[in-house]
Amino acid sequence: MFKYDQQKAPLYEALERFRRQRVVPFDVPGHKRGRGNPELAQLLGDKCVGLDVNSMKPLDNLCHPISVIYEAEKLAADAFGAEHSFFMVGGTTSSVQSMILSVCKANDKIILPRNVHKSVINALVLCGAIPVYVNPEVNNHIGISLGIKNSQLEQAIKQNPDAVAVFVNNPTYYGVCSDIKTIVKIAHEHNMKVLVDEAHGTHFYFGEKLPVSAMEAGADMSAVSMHKSGGSLTQSSLLLINKGVNADHVRQIINLTQTTSASYLLMSSLDISRRNLALRGEESFKKVINMAEYARSEINDIGGYYAYGKDLIDGGSVFDFDTTKLSVFTRDIGLAGIEVYDLLRDEYDIQIEFGDIGNILAYISIGDRIQDIERLVGALADIKRLYQKDHTKMFSREYLTPEVVATPQQAFYAEKESLPIDEAKGRICSEFVMCYPPGIPILAPGERITDDVIDYIKYAKEKGCSMQGTEDTAVERLNVLK
Amino acid sequence: MEFWFSELHTNNVKLSIRVEKQLFSGKSDFQQIDVFESSEFGRFLTSDGTVIFSEKDEFTYDEMIVHVPMAVHPDVKKVLVIGGGDGGVARELSYYDELEVIDVVEPDEMFVEVCKKFFPDNAKGLNDKRVNIYYQDGLRFLRSRHGEYDLIINDATDPFGHTAGLFTKEFYGCCYKALKDDGIMVYQHGSPFYDEDEEACRAMHKRAFRSFPISRVYQAHIPTCAAGYWLFGFASKKYHPIKDFNARRWNERGIKTWYYTTNLHTGAFMLPKYVEDLLVEEEQRKGDLIK
Repeated sequence: MFKYDQQKAPLYEALERFRRQRVVPFDVPGHKRGRGNPELAQLLGDKCVGLDVNSMKPLDNLCHPISVIYEAEKLAADAFGAEHSFFMVGGTTSSVQSMILSVCKANDKIILPRNVHKSVINALVLCGAIPVYVNPEVNNHIGISLGIKNSQLEQAIKQNPDAVAVFVNNPTYYGVCSDIKTIVKIAHEHNMKVLVDEAHGTHFYFGEKLPVSAMEAGADMSAVSMHKSGGSLTQSSLLLINKGVNADHVRQIINLTQTTSASYLLMSSLDISRRNLALRGEESFKKVINMAEYARSEINDIGGYYAYGKDLIDGGSVFDFDTTKLSVFTRDIGLAGIEVYDLLRDEYDIQIEFGDIGNILAYISIGDRIQDIERLVGALADIKRLYQKDHTKMFSREYLTPEVVATPQQAFYAEKESLPIDEAKGRICSEFVMCYPPGIPILAPGERITDDVIDYIKYAKEKGCSMQGTEDTAVERLNVLK
Repeated sequence: MEFWFSELHTNNVKLSIRVEKQLFSGKSDFQQIDVFESSEFGRFLTSDGTVIFSEKDEFTYDEMIVHVPMAVHPDVKKVLVIGGGDGGVARELSYYDELEVIDVVEPDEMFVEVCKKFFPDNAKGLNDKRVNIYYQDGLRFLRSRHGEYDLIINDATDPFGHTAGLFTKEFYGCCYKALKDDGIMVYQHGSPFYDEDEEACRAMHKRAFRSFPISRVYQAHIPTCAAGYWLFGFASKKYHPIKDFNARRWNERGIKTWYYTTNLHTGAFMLPKYVEDLLVEEEQRKGDLIK
């Protein structure tokens, strides 16, 4: 159980006290509790703009917490079973980057799967570390990347005994989990730190029947997107660290890039959400699991769709599966995931998390109601009835094995030229190309541009994926090394 | 003592009814249900603060949503009522001897219990031997039905509340699929008068028009509705509400009504200009038509 009283929410309580004191503001922000910006106050509400205040003694300071933020972080660490926690206001991107910058310097090697979020490779651009990719296995039927196999990791370590860290996505966007406990054991035996992108796994800390969390598995650091399944405001996040990691060093790293005007709206949302999760999380996520399982079985009953779950588990690259995720393979009804994603929004007023080439992902959370699940399932049934097509000429692969020629940092800062995409074959890319969401790069800086990659980019564009990362916003040209 | 029930019809307009006493207040998994006694409207029931029906004016929509399609379709045997846990629609349907099955799908058991207790005259419709009540979500119930029904009545009234799922493209699509080849669906089409309601009203027509070959709208005067003015949708695979309307056959049945007449039937489809205009606008809006 918890060490501290999880009923407390020190930051939230301090803000409430502060609000009642009616202090006259001669500090920033200049909107002064919204009075200077009535339209904003009208949009967000007086209470919200009234709490948008600056760091001050009674409210502590995120760059150097000593009172209420310190207490709130301590409570969060306790709730997540971590040694220490950091409130983050730059999204989980900032948590991920702080993890990497904390353990890697220029020319250090880091072992990671290629299907990481772009924030990971961005961190490598910043610090100059060298990525060693463990190619994730791909489920060829549904075309998604899976987790890391222990044997693959062991081999990568053998080939790169000088690597300083192992980075793991757990779970992946689609809900696939690796054998994180064994990964930690193997990595620690070789004196490597284990960093976990747990952006999609906040709920692992608060539920039975859920895969093991990074902290429980003994990982050294974990980036937790509280704003995803945890219920806090968008852009708020947590960075968790375990025993043996120097918290003060991590704080310095965070402060290299973090704002000095952290939003109290974001921070208080972390404090309140942590309290809610600690007190009611288990019960809430039980409901989420039930809703997702119900939706899965109803969607599979429609026929044509494949809503996968624990049936993917194979003891290797799918060691466990997060059953709160509702990922559905759509290609067998002749529609790319992105096409179903667009139909759901344009025709049915339903916004889901993302659609890729062969799959969609609907995010089920503590805010959902069963009648909304019925809408989603009903819409999928109706889409099949109205829009089903022949599926023989469709792309399936979601993962292309990259050939890394230069480190992300070298490639990003190197002399480069811009070429039409068709003429870029064989060259080394100096920028990212990705569909967003999910934000997993198709090409990262330093990788060779192949025919497969060019075909994939064109197909994704044609199907309506939102492409990002390139200097050319239309993604018709690519920057390549000279 | 003055005791008033008020409902905001828009942020700037409200309907207030003087209440004699409150008879019931309870919260189900789906909604907050309250029942009041008033001198003007008799007993009335509210869901999340919105009037669902009153003793004084429920006859209007129960009759309009049942008799209009029944006077058009020549051979109805199997009817599905979505929502309608109060029994008013089932009561009107029970006057038709040729019906064989009346399936009523209502997610909220508490709603049915409250209606049985406080509105026995409506709820008696649910006692008809041909009525089967399914305590289920309407969309879920429909998903597994193919070509089964002659008539589907969507009795849900609120496109913003817990029944929002019954005003969506997926719902109209599922209804289309559940109907026989000559089936009809009628539904509450909301009020076109206030801006926010108008948007919902437009969206409904846009979806129904794209889901069914024939899609017309008819109207009635219902005092407790927003602006006192209410529309119904008539979506049909084969029968036209006016061209296939058989007044003589309906009148021969001798059903006693307070609102519906066969003269009014035709008139109800004659809409004010601004309503006609907004419907036509939605019909002409670009978008995928049914294939």
